[in-house]
Amino acid sequence: MLNNKIAQNHKSRIEKHHIEDFIGRSYMSFCVLLLIVAIISMVYFVMSKGISTFVVDKVSVSDFFFGTKWSPEGSNPSFGALPFIAGSFVTTLLAALIASPLSICAALFMTEIVPGWGKKLLQPVIELLSGIPSVVYGFVGLSVIVPFLRNVFPGQGIGVAAGSIVLSVMILPTITSVTVDALSALPQNLKESSFALGATRWQTIARVIIPTTLPAILTGVVLGMARAFGEALAVQMVIGNAPFIPKSLFESASTLTSVITLGMGNTTMGSPQNNSLWSMALVLMLMTFLFVFIVRLLEKRRAI
Amino acid sequence: MEATLTAPHVLQEAMVEKNFRTENLSIFYGTYEAVKGISLPFPEKTVTALIGPSGCGKSTFLRSLNRMNDEISGSTTKGSIWIDGVDINASGTDVIKLRQKIGMVWQKPNPFYKSIYDNIAFGPRYHGVKGKKALDEIVESSLRRAALWDEVKDRLKDSALALSGGQQQRLCIARALSVNPQILLLDEPASALDPVSTGKIEELIKELKEELRIVIVTHNMQQAARISDYTAYFYLGQLIEYGLTEKVFTNPENSMTQEYIMGRFG
Repeated sequence: MLNNKIAQNHKSRIEKHHIEDFIGRSYMSFCVLLLIVAIISMVYFVMSKGISTFVVDKVSVSDFFFGTKWSPEGSNPSFGALPFIAGSFVTTLLAALIASPLSICAALFMTEIVPGWGKKLLQPVIELLSGIPSVVYGFVGLSVIVPFLRNVFPGQGIGVAAGSIVLSVMILPTITSVTVDALSALPQNLKESSFALGATRWQTIARVIIPTTLPAILTGVVLGMARAFGEALAVQMVIGNAPFIPKSLFESASTLTSVITLGMGNTTMGSPQNNSLWSMALVLMLMTFLFVFIVRLLEKRRAI
Repeated sequence: MEATLTAPHVLQEAMVEKNFRTENLSIFYGTYEAVKGISLPFPEKTVTALIGPSGCGKSTFLRSLNRMNDEISGSTTKGSIWIDGVDINASGTDVIKLRQKIGMVWQKPNPFYKSIYDNIAFGPRYHGVKGKKALDEIVESSLRRAALWDEVKDRLKDSALALSGGQQQRLCIARALSVNPQILLLDEPASALDPVSTGKIEELIKELKEELRIVIVTHNMQQAARISDYTAYFYLGQLIEYGLTEKVFTNPENSMTQEYIMGRFG
């Protein structure tokens, strides 16, 4: 009798657990499903819009990717997006070139040289840097970097160099924090083994620490580049937005993002002009996928 | 705490050993005294085992012997460490040169993310060994001394991380031997390994002691009994007992040592 009751109690408890488990699982599945649907529909939307430039408006793919003339208006429009693609790549690469050494040195300083106050001081600074809105970066770039470049170098100040410098400051925190994480995750023993063999601190950094963390550092650089590639506002404020391939670093240029943000308000949905902007968005999206893919590859290598 | 810590005759022995000993060595982390005034000799061609419960200061003591505690901010060391008539704990010691004399191996195998060859050649390269032939020789002899040569001679260019745990640890020993140290410090070198690998490491230690002094920290009582000539028992930063391993394990003078060895605490 008593045993029966206990068994019954037990059974109802189990059922309650089952119900809770079912509700929790359903809710989470729903959230995940929503996320997947959102991503897939977005990719589909951008794809279909981006491809319609070539399918509906009959712009040739090679004209789009390799054409240098961008004049979407008028009776004989041409949709050469190469200047923007080139602008995006050049500013991104330059930004990475400027930011990477600085970030890696900052990370080494925080973890290896002065791990005490170095980290305490720089960690909040880095976090703050990553929290500043991009419009502020652009504004500062416009009122500090552009006049400086104008005074020192030929040209108007605005252009590729200004854009790259602004971008490099923006991606500093990304590269630095990824590198700091990688350096802190190194086994303490590894460094000590190098010291124990009589290597100095610099030899240890150059021959043990950096080679060991290189895949992770590169991950940081790629993540930074992804951010630079996708950044619109700050670049747009300082790069000049001329639809040409610049012949020097101090000439105006455009990036994919700046053309999209500037152009999207002036075109009507479904028009060839609008569709060509979508094509650029598609290029941006595919580039982001590529960056993510590279990061994945690097992480795989790091796991060994 | 019982008053008589170490038998007087053993301490006298410590004073006799001129070439490698510590004298009143104290190590602080901030204000916390982790090691309290320890004097220990490390005679030639012997293995000295440091035993004691976790946190007794034996690893800290070991790490101070090649000034590795310098790398920990806030740690200070008082007293002397005499090596060949020089107090290496004095300020102005060339730590880089010193560490060439003293090799160290850690609990977890930690090869560099490089090839087997480059792991061994790492140290000699920094100490001015040039030329492929000279390096080849050092790599071979170090690997032979660590009883690893036959297993890896055909794949020296392979990543060291592809080796098994036991092989990696022997590689780390070979790496430590590559700069021809006179002293080898081992911090629980076999505690992360399987019994077969542990046996190989112990065998290796017995062979290596013919050439150099070995100081080993171990949690494994049987291991200490098997491979060491002298044993030092640490407790709460103090040296409770030191003597011939046989004596310490069969007839310890201090009841605390006996209890620890019998496994009654710690």
